[in-house]
Amino acid sequence: MTQTVYSEAQVWTIILVLAIGTFVLRYSFLGLSGKRALPAWALKYLRYTSVGVLPAMVAPLVVWPAATGGAPDPARLIAAAATLLAGLVTRSVIWAILAGFATLYAMLWLLG
Amino acid sequence: MSRPVPLPPGPAFWRGGFDALPFLLVFLPFGILFGLAGTVLGLSFAQVMGFSAFVVAGAAQFTAVQLMDAHAPTIMVLVTSVAVNLRMAMYSAALAPHLGGATPWQKALMAYSMTDQSFVLADALNESAPRAPLTTKLAYYAGTASLLVPAWLGATLLGALFGPALPKGLALDFAVPVTFLAMIGPSLRSVPHLVATAVSCIAALALVGLPAGTGVLLAAVLAMIAGARTEDWLAHRAARATSEGPK
Repeated sequence: MTQTVYSEAQVWTIILVLAIGTFVLRYSFLGLSGKRALPAWALKYLRYTSVGVLPAMVAPLVVWPAATGGAPDPARLIAAAATLLAGLVTRSVIWAILAGFATLYAMLWLLG
Repeated sequence: MSRPVPLPPGPAFWRGGFDALPFLLVFLPFGILFGLAGTVLGLSFAQVMGFSAFVVAGAAQFTAVQLMDAHAPTIMVLVTSVAVNLRMAMYSAALAPHLGGATPWQKALMAYSMTDQSFVLADALNESAPRAPLTTKLAYYAGTASLLVPAWLGATLLGALFGPALPKGLALDFAVPVTFLAMIGPSLRSVPHLVATAVSCIAALALVGLPAGTGVLLAAVLAMIAGARTEDWLAHRAARATSEGPK
């Protein structure tokens, strides 16, 4: 059984509406057969959607992690910094994930 | 990608799959983490698989699961996770001049299977061989997607089945933040991206008291404005510098 606060129907609503919304975004301009282009001002804002949403999701998770009951945790803060840095240097998602977990385990072990 | 893509559709399909192979290194662990995160949240096996099969968008799926973990209202979960996928409209716009001539059915399949990675590969082909026939461009795109979408589903399956059996000492609670952070680093391509990221973090931390999901959305809007305005400002400055340069 599910432990979430969402009913079965609510979860499926989220899945299906997200699926349809995503499909519409992906199909949008392909569907117009390339006859119309997105206005330049819209492209300019769309360029920053990922860097707008993802850091906003992650910042509170890093500063107030659920695993420590919301208390800032040096091991997780250092691991977060290492992940970001590794991503910047290697430009690779996978190396960044590996660096983040390696740092987290090293810090959890060192700091007990 | 560096070698020229062969023109007949058959070889172009296989080349697409071949060029997409390195991305398995992203798709497999990422999919496993999603299967794990969804199962740990308390979603049923069918729901976890449903996310990956119907949405096929890692970042948006993680966003939805994260907000559900924070007990955000359904509407906030939807608005925020659809917002993460707004970039897909940009991809669609970039692909349209090259692939817009396909049949509606083909375009629907392309839309369903559109990922950052398939887009990056197809865009590179379109840029390097703009006059290649439509069938070649389509076959190449299909080749990339035929590898990546099943890999995403298979990895989600593995994560949902075996993820919860992993020991607690692995601190897998941190898998979601680490995955998000890992996606941010490589996307910091320019000063406006950096500014947007900084604004996003500061605003999200400042707005954390707002109802779940609202702070994220407001922070994202502020960050997008900051990014776009920084871009304008840099362009103006560059234009002024070149116009004053020769004097």
